[in-house]
Amino acid sequence: MIGYERRMALSGWAFLTPALLLITVFFFLPVIAALLLSFTDFDIYALGDLNRLRFIGFNNYQQLLQSPLFWTALANTFYFVMIGGPLSVAVSLSAALLVNSRLTRFPSLFRTLFFLPVVTTLVAVAVVWRYLYHPRYGLINYGLSLLGVEPIDWLGDPHWAMPALILMAIWKNFGFNMIIFIAGMQNIPVTLYEAAQIDGAGAWRQFRYITLPLLGPTFLLVALMTVIGYFQVFAEPYVMTQGGPANSTVSIVLLMYEEGFRWWNMGYASAIAFMLFALILAATALQLRLRRNTN
Amino acid sequence: MEITRPVFNPFLQLLPGAIVVKLPAMSRCLFFILLFPLLWLAGCDSTADQTTIIQFWAMGQEGERVQALAPEFERRHPGLRVRVQPLPWSAAHEKLLTAYAGEVMPDLFQLGNTWIPEFVALRAIEPLDKWLHTGPAPALADYFPGILAANRLNGQTYALPWYVDTRLFFYRTDLLAAAGFTQPPLTWNEWLRAMMALKNLGGEGRYAILLPINEWQLPVILALQRGATLLRDQDQYGDFQNPRFREAFAFYLSLFEQGLAPPVSNNQMANLYQEFANGAFAVYVSGPWNIGEFRRRLPTTMQDKWMTAPLPLWTDPTPLSTTGAVLEMKPAVGVSLAGGASLAISRASPRQEAAWKLLEFLAEPEQQARFYQLTGDLPARQSAWADPALASNQQIQAFREQLRQIRPTPPIPEWERIAQRIAYYAEQAVRKQLGVDEALAALNQDVDRILEKRRWLIGRGMAP
Repeated sequence: MIGYERRMALSGWAFLTPALLLITVFFFLPVIAALLLSFTDFDIYALGDLNRLRFIGFNNYQQLLQSPLFWTALANTFYFVMIGGPLSVAVSLSAALLVNSRLTRFPSLFRTLFFLPVVTTLVAVAVVWRYLYHPRYGLINYGLSLLGVEPIDWLGDPHWAMPALILMAIWKNFGFNMIIFIAGMQNIPVTLYEAAQIDGAGAWRQFRYITLPLLGPTFLLVALMTVIGYFQVFAEPYVMTQGGPANSTVSIVLLMYEEGFRWWNMGYASAIAFMLFALILAATALQLRLRRNTN
Repeated sequence: MEITRPVFNPFLQLLPGAIVVKLPAMSRCLFFILLFPLLWLAGCDSTADQTTIIQFWAMGQEGERVQALAPEFERRHPGLRVRVQPLPWSAAHEKLLTAYAGEVMPDLFQLGNTWIPEFVALRAIEPLDKWLHTGPAPALADYFPGILAANRLNGQTYALPWYVDTRLFFYRTDLLAAAGFTQPPLTWNEWLRAMMALKNLGGEGRYAILLPINEWQLPVILALQRGATLLRDQDQYGDFQNPRFREAFAFYLSLFEQGLAPPVSNNQMANLYQEFANGAFAVYVSGPWNIGEFRRRLPTTMQDKWMTAPLPLWTDPTPLSTTGAVLEMKPAVGVSLAGGASLAISRASPRQEAAWKLLEFLAEPEQQARFYQLTGDLPARQSAWADPALASNQQIQAFREQLRQIRPTPPIPEWERIAQRIAYYAEQAVRKQLGVDEALAALNQDVDRILEKRRWLIGRGMAP
């Protein structure tokens, strides 16, 4: 006779098994395989004949650290995260405040409109934005020319390509964080604002001392997700610039993709993947630590 | 089916409400589950009525337009059906490699001829010699020799050229005439004089020649003309510090230093055709695909003011003897690169005989000429050039001359990576980030690293 607790534990495991099995097959096994792969020189030769595969220890990692292209990609990715991340969160927060304001009419319409870019395919977005960025016929340069600004070769100039991608990424993605912020704001009791108003607090003070602190947990979630997502920037440079001009938009994931699927250096590409993993882990841990310290 | 790519999905990673994350994955699963029986049914269907379906993958516009040739083939071979799968060029290489790894290669496929060594290394291609040496095979002697060489490796023919391209000069006849040259010069030395004159004619912001600095082709062409081998010792090491390569490379850089070519990359050129029509540059090194583009995009007033010319020679052409007869039949055309696409049969295909019939059909001179009319791609077989559509086209004649003087790039799988490095260091040198010797030393070092695996394989007696 099996005891009650034991039976409960067994049924618990029984319920978990399908999920665990799936995660093992589709997540843990590939990750372990990729880790092993990163210690080999798996390439086009090895693909044709496994006898031509070598275990090379940490050589891939060593080579990676010596490769100027990796450092370029790293710098570009940091650029994208450091500039794009905060800007994106700021835009989301502003949009959330606007949509959530009692003065705004048709809030659900605006919510939907702001959310539309998130659900639009990036390739379609990229086609339109390429027109917007066109140096001669683009709307953006036309607008700038009205202000007397010389035309900018947005996607062709190494200095402007990354800002152009950041702008597009923010536009494409801010709607999602906006929704989370709105949800967070709607959880703040209205009574707090009423009390503040009675105490004579203006809009700014209400925002600074009620909205912001109470949005803290939401803020952390949004910041973490944004950083993690932005570190994995791939599709924007892939469809807009292919990493050019002069490697100014090569990101880590794009580099990994090129090494893996263009040159078929799977070992090297796996090493890049684990570097990125370590990087994101470190960045996330740092963020959590900062958060804890400020609390 | 698309190959899986890492998709930038910044917000769906850590979300507590995992439903949002799972929904697309689940629907994708569902899609495949529903698709499987359909595929299986489709597979059954082909065996049921005794016709063999040849799976044929082709790229870009070729993939779309080759379907027009299929009815004639199917009429001649009643038991065979052709199913063309067009692939976009940008994804074709990855897709073929993924198909190889997933063991779903088509029976017949198009591939860029620089990819052949790679697919040979993978052992993905069936050599064609057993068909070429028995029965009525396309006459190999009819192909431009340079392009055929790109399809042969270790004494075996792995693919047949489908169409060819190469690079030569597109130039403005009116500007060249204004500079005092009614005929395009034959040597680089004379071209230098012509380009100087063009430059002086134009003045501020005008250049003689456009050489996009992020391309590797012209430095390599010049090196081949100078007699450099690019790689040495069975292609195991880079040979870029060789004096011949250095000389060619220095000449290439001098075109920028003397202000004959603008130091811009090709994505910095907003509208190449407009700039050409404006006279921002008078000469452009490009391939046959631009003949159609120039016709379409240049204004009509410009149409009788441009022409093509074969690449110049590195040295003077062989002088005429006093009697006026050429002492030795040396070509008056400088070497260019053998480009284009080939057709190969998958080693794993169970329908190789049928695939060969299709390949043989597409290699016929009549089909090559028809294919030119459909796509504008230049035929690889010389006899197809007798077709009036080609023979009457003035701008194409220079290509015919040039195609007799083309050379393939080194036949190793690593070549495309090496070419990328050449382009990178050439750009660095043009931008003066690196000196000539510094750039070449760094290039050699990079290339030696890329070739490390090849050396290891050869050292252990394994076929690379």
